[in-house]
Amino acid sequence: MILVDRNTKVICQGITGNQGLFHSERMLEYGTKLVGGVTPGKGGTVILLPAKSSAVLTSGSPVGSKGGQTAAGVPVFNAVKEAVAKTGATASVIYVPAKFAPDAAREAADAGIQLIVLITEGIPTLDMIRVKSFLKNKKTRLIGPNCPGIITPGQCKIGIMPGYIHKPGRIGVISRSGTLTYEVVWQLTCLGLGQSTCIGIGGDPVAGSSFIDMLELFQADADTEAVVLIGEIGGRSEEAAADFIRRKMTKPVVAFVAGATAPPGKRMGHAGAIIAGGLGTAKEKIEAFRRAGVTVADSPAVIGETMKRLLESSQRSAFS
Amino acid sequence: MNIHEYQAKEIFRKFGIPVSEGRLVTTPGEAREAFSALGSVPVVVKAQVHAGGRGKAGGIKFEKSAGEAEKAAAGMIGLKMKTHQTGGLEKTVHKVWIEQLTDIAKEFYLGVTIDREVGLPVIIFSSAGGMSIEEVAAQSPEQIYRMHFEPDKLPDGKTLQAFVSKALSNADRQGKFAKIVENTAKLFVSVDASLVEINPLCLMPDGGIRAVDAKINFDDNALFRHSDVEALRDPLEEDPREREAKKFDLSYVGLNGNIGCMVNGAGLAMATMDIIKLYGAEPANFLDVGGNATTEKIAAAFNILTSDKNVKAILINIFGGIVRCNLIAEGILAALKNVKLSVPLVVRLEGTNAKEGKELLEKSGVNVIAASSLSDAAEKAVKAVGRG
Repeated sequence: MILVDRNTKVICQGITGNQGLFHSERMLEYGTKLVGGVTPGKGGTVILLPAKSSAVLTSGSPVGSKGGQTAAGVPVFNAVKEAVAKTGATASVIYVPAKFAPDAAREAADAGIQLIVLITEGIPTLDMIRVKSFLKNKKTRLIGPNCPGIITPGQCKIGIMPGYIHKPGRIGVISRSGTLTYEVVWQLTCLGLGQSTCIGIGGDPVAGSSFIDMLELFQADADTEAVVLIGEIGGRSEEAAADFIRRKMTKPVVAFVAGATAPPGKRMGHAGAIIAGGLGTAKEKIEAFRRAGVTVADSPAVIGETMKRLLESSQRSAFS
Repeated sequence: MNIHEYQAKEIFRKFGIPVSEGRLVTTPGEAREAFSALGSVPVVVKAQVHAGGRGKAGGIKFEKSAGEAEKAAAGMIGLKMKTHQTGGLEKTVHKVWIEQLTDIAKEFYLGVTIDREVGLPVIIFSSAGGMSIEEVAAQSPEQIYRMHFEPDKLPDGKTLQAFVSKALSNADRQGKFAKIVENTAKLFVSVDASLVEINPLCLMPDGGIRAVDAKINFDDNALFRHSDVEALRDPLEEDPREREAKKFDLSYVGLNGNIGCMVNGAGLAMATMDIIKLYGAEPANFLDVGGNATTEKIAAAFNILTSDKNVKAILINIFGGIVRCNLIAEGILAALKNVKLSVPLVVRLEGTNAKEGKELLEKSGVNVIAASSLSDAAEKAVKAVGRG
């Protein structure tokens, strides 16, 4: 697995908001070590969670049993710095609204958080550029924005993906999309192919982490046997990924590019999914992948199957 | 979000980017008056639509008299234009911009956009102006110069002068061009643009400089802090289906096919369009209901699909994550209280509360074609429009 495992201590920025609260519960249910939350002005309170998830929390972390009470909860802090000092968290998931999310990310980096997962969508591109510049000489890694998050099945879920569709295993998944990732993960799981780690890097034009950043980690990860990459129209990050795969990857890669039928010049939901001036079409990206020796699935319905066949044929050739 | 050339030129003027004197008209009579008011011969009559390639489609004319200007405007107003940038659709001309013709000695290209791979804004400058920059990039990439910059730290005058000198040898003009490059970059950052393009940026025989065309695209995500930009939105330029969708915060793009799609998530929505095409049919739209869908929102989305007369079948593909499938079913049923379903409805529900959603639809007695997977859904929808 890469980036997160069962020992990763996570805090949630924006935990008292609707989204933050809902997904904190889901993360706890899944077994994620969610050790605290941050909402300025609400520090000192404790969020009580339903019995099922509290059980996970008390067994996983002592922070909830405050003042001798048995009812477990997630302590809320006013600032990330304080949360880190009191809980030892190394990762933060951000659910705060687009207007405030860039500042939240900067605060997390300043407090020494190593992994920021920025779920928020709708952040202005120039604000993300400013955040990236701020992170330049820091050790913090940023995933997102506008992404479903990251999950190491059976160990740690940081984000909004439905947990049950995943299964522990040896396939790494990287994607610019949210629900299309679920679709692919579900296909893999139904075919008995579990996942090492699944990451949504987000659908915005400027993202904290690229395909290449993640491919590099998967290539080096002993638990990952093969990788599924789900790209989409817009930009040139799929072409860059194809080039990286050709030069540096020995593990098999299956790719799919969404948006072959999208009209040029129109934003297809994701701010990044726009073809401008003939650049960034699905056709160019698919050709780049094929040239790099990547197996490209023609239909989004057969991505799992394509991976299954690829693994079977490489096993056959290994034995013959 | 896009705006018209005349609106972009107004913004240019505010930021010290020189443009020609002009008038906006909506009737041929006003064109005649504009000609006289401008007091210059000839004038350029330009159809105002959100698309490049207007010249080839008859949307740009040079006229020497008030009568000719009137006639040209009369020919353009109401014209349905189709260019390589209108995505196969026709755009109706409602407004015409008439301006003084610029005497041109040399044409340049100036653009500022986001370099997604570097993660910074980039200034693009070239002495090969007047044609599409993509063509220049393909044919003579050595004629294109790029400079990245931090949004809050614009390059200084000296750096900019050195930059423009690559495409411009005359030393006393370098200063003027550098200033225009600086102003364009400033404009880009202040309005949160995703693209500012001046093509051509013209040097005149007398040494003056003019932005002869003007294009600004804005970052939709930043519109919340630019109410003045939001006010420039031209509802006539938007697909009425897209306008209706926007009211409900739905992400919708109208297309030419006949299978109406409703999907959660942009990537899955695109993949659903792709698979419809793979099975031999065409999607009528892209529609992402997003993560915070309510019953009302789903009902509104469903209404947009059922009121589109091109739609011959509806395909609903939901992979519930944040979105719960029972809520989707409730939304569909709510919409069906007011409209009668006249086309086949294929529904695929997976993920959070899929079972509850399917049960709701089954019990309702609505004639739903249930699909068990993405490919099954596409196959059934394509069959329903008679292409399977």
